[in-house]
Amino acid sequence: MELLLFLILFPALMGFVFLIFPNTKARDAMVALAALVLIAATVIFFLQNYGAGTVLYEIEPGLVSTAMMAIEVVLALGILYLAAKYKQWIVAALAVIGTGVALYAETLFTGPEHLNNLFVDEFTLIMAVIIGVIGSLICIFATGYMRDYHDHHKEIKDKRQGFFFLLFVFLSAMFGVVFSNNIFWLFFFWEITTLCSFLLIGYAWDEQAQKNAFWALLLNLLGGLGFGATFLYLAFTDPAGDLVMLDSLIAAGPAVAMIPAALIGFAGLAKAAQMPFSSWLLGAMIAPTPVSALLHSSTMVKAGVYVIVRFAPIYDASFVGFLVALVGGFTFLLASGIAISQSNAKKVLAWSTIANLGLIVTCAGIGNAAAVWAAILLIVFHAIAKSLLFLCTGTVEHRIGSRDIEDMGGLVSILPKVTIMMIIGIAGMFLAPFGMLISKWAALRAFLETPYGIVAVILIAFGSAVTLFFWTKWMGKLLQVAWKPEPKREGEVSKPEFYSLLALAGGVVIICLGFPLLSSVVVEPFLEGIYGIGASLGDQNIAIMLMMMVVVFILPISLIFFRRNPKMIPHYVGGRMETGDMHFAGSMGIQRKVEMSNYYFEGIFGEAKLGRVGNILCTLFIACIGIVLATGVIA
Amino acid sequence: MIEQIIGALLFVILAPVVGGLVAGIDRKVTAHMQGRVGPPILQPFYDIFKLFEKESVVVRPEINFYIFCYLVFLVITGAIFFAGEDILLVIFALTLAHVFIVIAAFASSSPYSHVGAERELLMMMAVEPMLILAAAGMYMATGSFFVADIIAFQSMGGDLLVSSIPLLFLGVVYILTIKLRKSPFDISTSHHAHQELVKGLTTEFAGPTLGMYEIAHLYETVFLLGFVWLFFAGAPILGIVVVAVVYFLEIVIDNTNTRAKWQFALRSAWLVALILGAVNLALLVLGIIQPGTLGVL
Repeated sequence: MELLLFLILFPALMGFVFLIFPNTKARDAMVALAALVLIAATVIFFLQNYGAGTVLYEIEPGLVSTAMMAIEVVLALGILYLAAKYKQWIVAALAVIGTGVALYAETLFTGPEHLNNLFVDEFTLIMAVIIGVIGSLICIFATGYMRDYHDHHKEIKDKRQGFFFLLFVFLSAMFGVVFSNNIFWLFFFWEITTLCSFLLIGYAWDEQAQKNAFWALLLNLLGGLGFGATFLYLAFTDPAGDLVMLDSLIAAGPAVAMIPAALIGFAGLAKAAQMPFSSWLLGAMIAPTPVSALLHSSTMVKAGVYVIVRFAPIYDASFVGFLVALVGGFTFLLASGIAISQSNAKKVLAWSTIANLGLIVTCAGIGNAAAVWAAILLIVFHAIAKSLLFLCTGTVEHRIGSRDIEDMGGLVSILPKVTIMMIIGIAGMFLAPFGMLISKWAALRAFLETPYGIVAVILIAFGSAVTLFFWTKWMGKLLQVAWKPEPKREGEVSKPEFYSLLALAGGVVIICLGFPLLSSVVVEPFLEGIYGIGASLGDQNIAIMLMMMVVVFILPISLIFFRRNPKMIPHYVGGRMETGDMHFAGSMGIQRKVEMSNYYFEGIFGEAKLGRVGNILCTLFIACIGIVLATGVIA
Repeated sequence: MIEQIIGALLFVILAPVVGGLVAGIDRKVTAHMQGRVGPPILQPFYDIFKLFEKESVVVRPEINFYIFCYLVFLVITGAIFFAGEDILLVIFALTLAHVFIVIAAFASSSPYSHVGAERELLMMMAVEPMLILAAAGMYMATGSFFVADIIAFQSMGGDLLVSSIPLLFLGVVYILTIKLRKSPFDISTSHHAHQELVKGLTTEFAGPTLGMYEIAHLYETVFLLGFVWLFFAGAPILGIVVVAVVYFLEIVIDNTNTRAKWQFALRSAWLVALILGAVNLALLVLGIIQPGTLGVL
């Protein structure tokens, strides 16, 4: 238990240290050190606890709850102040309502105080490793990146002390979210993550950053109302307060827990940036890249899907669950479609995150054991591959001065190592035999086991075809080398950046090779605890996957053979005359340079068009959930 | 286990031979339709042997590597299929193979291969939903994703697969035109001289490199025909007849159509997948079509 408390408290404590420490190399070194300690602690924590099943920890709530309440009030006042200053009246209203309802509801419970406020099970453990290891690596990366960032953006005020403070507090709050068994505690940490992301998105604090930060705050506070409503519901149905504990709430089954599951699921949908809430995550792209990486991989949106997956057993085979799955499924399809029309790498990554979270939400909504298996592995694969991709994009952006995919042509000759890592990340996102595809495959099987699952199957079939398009054309662009390759610029990448990239790329490979182990040691016991049955892909399939993986790693050896002998010749280009460095003889004797760019299909997959469709559809589905619950037709 | 290895090995060894013969007959029939005599049936083999006698020249050394990967993963795709393994895994391996050929075209950095690569990607995006829905349909009809189980189900008293998923069969035949790179969907690279304007994504491949690509195409053809055959696996001979008819139909379509725009290719393939796929799956779920029953078991 000491280690568990250490994980929650240590990052926050370090955060306060960084807040007062000046911007020096020593501070950066301390950040790296703290991050390494956190990684070690997380790994030890995992090794100590895997296989122990669900362990509840008794914490005397009295003083802690009071302290939390006090902090909640202070934070709410802080939001109110900012909201008033920038005339964000809706934000102010939401902050007052959210905090007020939570505080009021807390007084309604009459029963004795409960002790099992913290808990650990296999799913928590996985989340803890994602937060602790990937989050920490991003912090290490940030030390190198932020130095470059302020060299590039002289106009932005250097607030790195606050920046690192927020990063570490964010990690603390995330640990709090996944360890809390008490829903009030969960809500406390939940709101802190909302606030941290608000401040981090607004880092540059120019007009655009303010606007986007407040928008993110608004939508997340709106989602947070789902918690407030849950508290009120529980206060009236169960004043003794037994159901305030997550474990007893979920164990109580759908008849009791369906309404809380839907309400907290609503909060989860907002936080996981599902349509119609997806706009805040895109606005968040304005923040420095490590923040994006953090939001997308190990914090924030992962908290959203975490609570939804938690309630998957409640959604299982219910109409509400089906509606949740539809929100996820349509978000997956449409967000993938929008990613096709984007050439800004960060936007492609953002839309693909929204899409993948959609897939996770679909799995959770379907809610059977196989679907939850897929959902948990999706969370793992997505966390690691996406953080790698974001950080690579950030590194590349500082070297070539652009985050546009069209400007990344031939990157493999300029930054070969970073490019290879980027390709590993991209492959991890959609290709057999790598990570995400395994889960997509498992998801397909899981959906076929439920009668209405074919809707989800159709959404996935089209969605994954679309995914294929935008990832492959990006990969192609990276590997497209011009006739005269540009000189290498890899030396410019700082050490903290390079090593955290290397660690993440290694992580992608290890997790792809090691997923059967991960599945059998952690995920299957978790499912057995809930459903009484495990789920897996079958040994034969795993064997073939691993064989394919080996082939993928052996094949590059053949490069030695292919590199040895071939004669290099100029392009043939269908017989057209050209000068050898990709200039064409145009009409009137003018030489023209070849320009090649990818398809983006703005007209078919445009953001405005598909986004509108998605927002309308998903709002309808969410409204349907409300109607179903209100009329009491809980099937 | 032994049967599986034999199935995979037979594919690896025989597929180029069968594929080459199919291509040879294809060219002969095509020529007759156009009032020409046409090359000998063995011409595809002569072509490939000749390619390997040529000097190895490339515009970028990596291209050979990517094409080699394309070939390897097409072989793996077919091997998994003929070993009776999971059909979804087969589809994913096929996708992986095609990603490599697209990257090879990108890497050659020439305008024609670039456009070819983009179009190939479009075509992959066009066919993927249909393939996955077909696999889903097979699962719903037989209760398994494994090719071996799907065959066993049909031959042990269950109805032919096509009787429970007829619409999905039609959908697969539709996308077959795209996968075989036949007109009107030969927009990324046409395989026949009579449609060849610029050779799309293969523009910059030459000599042994192009030879590897051609061999891969033979493997893919045999795999695709195997996929069609699976719908009739309960009656193997009938299956072969159907495959022959379908392939002849593809030749007719090839010779009577001009190249379509990509918009049409994508929209029509998706529409076919959506309508035929969704309707067929829905009919199965609603019980309007009963999946064949395993008589004795």
